[in-house]
Amino acid sequence: MTARQLPAQQQPAQQRSARQPAAQQPPVIQIRHLTKAYGHGDATVHALRGPLAPGTGEPEGVSLDVEQGDYVAVMGSSGSGKSTLMNILGCLDVPTAGRYLLDGIDVGHLDEQQLSLVRNRKIGFIFQSFNLVPRTTALAQVELPLAYAGVRAAERRRRALAALSLVGLSERAGHRPNELSGGQQQRVAVARALVTAPAMLLADEPTGNLDSRSTRDVLAIIDDLNASGRTVVLITHEDEVAEHAKRVLRLVDGQIVSDVRQAPVDGPPPALRALAGARP
Amino acid sequence: MLRFALGGLAANKVRSALTMLGVLIGVASVILLLAVGNGSSQAVKDSITSLGTNSLTVSSTNLRGSATAARKLTVDDAKALAGATDAPSIKSVAPVVTTTATALYGNISYTPGSIVGTYPAYFETANQKVVQGDYFSNDDVLNSRKVAVIGSTTAKQLFDTEDPVGKRIVLGGTPFTVVGVLATKGSTGFNDPDDVVIAPLPTVQNAFTGFGSVSQILVQADSADATTAAQSDITRILMGTHAITDPGKVDFRVSNQASLLTARESTSKTFTVLLGAVAAISLLVGGIGITNIMLVTVTERTREIGIRKALGAPKAVILGQFLTESTLLSVLGAGLGVVAGIVGSRFSIVGIKPVVIPQSVLGAFAIAVAIGLFFGSYPANRAASLRPIDALRHE
Ligand SMILES: Nc1ncnc2c1ncn2[C@@H]1O[C@H](COP(=O)(O)OP(=O)(O)OP(=O)(O)O)[C@@H](O)[C@H]1O
Ligand SMILES: [Mg+2]
Repeated sequence: MTARQLPAQQQPAQQRSARQPAAQQPPVIQIRHLTKAYGHGDATVHALRGPLAPGTGEPEGVSLDVEQGDYVAVMGSSGSGKSTLMNILGCLDVPTAGRYLLDGIDVGHLDEQQLSLVRNRKIGFIFQSFNLVPRTTALAQVELPLAYAGVRAAERRRRALAALSLVGLSERAGHRPNELSGGQQQRVAVARALVTAPAMLLADEPTGNLDSRSTRDVLAIIDDLNASGRTVVLITHEDEVAEHAKRVLRLVDGQIVSDVRQAPVDGPPPALRALAGARP
Repeated sequence: MLRFALGGLAANKVRSALTMLGVLIGVASVILLLAVGNGSSQAVKDSITSLGTNSLTVSSTNLRGSATAARKLTVDDAKALAGATDAPSIKSVAPVVTTTATALYGNISYTPGSIVGTYPAYFETANQKVVQGDYFSNDDVLNSRKVAVIGSTTAKQLFDTEDPVGKRIVLGGTPFTVVGVLATKGSTGFNDPDDVVIAPLPTVQNAFTGFGSVSQILVQADSADATTAAQSDITRILMGTHAITDPGKVDFRVSNQASLLTARESTSKTFTVLLGAVAAISLLVGGIGITNIMLVTVTERTREIGIRKALGAPKAVILGQFLTESTLLSVLGAGLGVVAGIVGSRFSIVGIKPVVIPQSVLGAFAIAVAIGLFFGSYPANRAASLRPIDALRHE
């Protein structure tokens, strides 16, 4: 795998910060009393609510800190608000109330233009279903975020090809989504999420539609990315997937009910550590 | 960006082609219909100048219900008009008799459209010019010489390629010497103004009509502006010679060719405006077609827009992409429309030779492109303003 080399040449600053002790870094994600409600009146659905405030009985909202370099798995039953949380973290949706600070910046105060910059530069998003742009080759898909970032064509191509080879799809660069298997499509989506070398990778059930082999491929890529210093938040239903994370959150009815740390923030992800242990 | 837009259009070739066809038809019909309208008013204008803008025709009318029989116009009336000292607006006067007869040259027999007996002033008043030979003179009139000037159609029929000047033709038994051939005026309607034989008045009266009345008196006013003054002078003088006191009971009519044709020209202007309006509507319909297609495209690609926005596409880029697409549609459609319009105007339509107005080409093109931008901007703006999550959730 070339995963550890690629980000190093792309974003040296990122690499440096990952090596510093986590305690000196402010959390990448800070959410405070975040709520999200859909609909009005009786039909209101509180997709995110957090604990009820002791006095009033009103939802108090979800509060959460995620450290730089952490690897968080979010679990919970269907409809528990995982995707809602993820969409807010990815600046795709806005909360009903509460604050979201990304790298110390309050996202709620950003305008449309600045938000698109944040999505482009800081976040790599992998969707629940593949969400590739139709009729566009794998290479062009991966080039898209770079194009929006204003990277020149030659450089764009070089980096997109590097990202594709990272996910093992170099020879599929010219294929369109309808010519790719589900697992290959998901790997293109991963390549697209990591090509801009974002500090944070958000993945909504990246392996939800994949067989066990493709799941292993995609998770290996994500593990490598985390090992190179990226913050990863992923949603999953499967315990095997959650075992890859350093920290596991459980959501029930829009509320965080458990928060378990499986590995230290500044170490390698558990799967890679086990690998290193098996082959010293 | 242009590549993205072209890709978007190519993804739906039939749909894009049909939309472009709408714009094409709009632009082509604006150009073509305005050209047809312009061509017809040009034709009217040409026939005005060919008739002479300052000529007036006096003809006799039979007043219905009038007790007294109407007096025919005579050479004396013409002389009275010509000799009037208090009518400065009248430049020249030519009494006219018309008849028909068969002309013979050698063994060729042909019946010209009309045989006109008149004075030399007729040529200038009726805007008839001799291109070969010469006009007949006042001297020819005074001496009733048997000379004639023939129209180009008549010359072609009788003489074909021969030079008619100096040749003798026999008209209804009377031999005439051809002294001149008239310039071709071109047919404007049913009768051919070039199918004519013009000879001195007394000669024609002597040979055919007799020395009674004349069919018409052609009067040339001093200038185009003086026609109204000339008209009232003619009425005053002829009322005198015909001994009529009541202006309501005149037994002649003075008609002004130019004003007749001005009326016809304004009709053809209305015609042009109407054609233009029809064409403009079709252009508008083409524009609505663009909006429709862009709306469909945007709806169809809402998820794609959501993905692009999630990847950090700024609003301006999405807006630009869809605007480029709709502008491309309209520019291509309008460009092809201009070509179609110009090619189409090379053929004459219902007997009218279209004359393309350059401004209409530029105007139609500009309007079509503006319509593309304007009607495209609504769907494009709608697409670009979507929140990423709403776009992604779109079914
Ligand atoms: N756009 C919406 N309008 C109304 N209600 C919504 C909307 N999106 C989500 N919800 C509701 O919010 C709740 C949380 O939805 P969410 O998508 O976050 O669930 P999830 O935890 O991701 O579930 P799954 O595991 O099935 O993906 C659900 O009850 C859902 O019905
Ligand atoms: Mg979900």
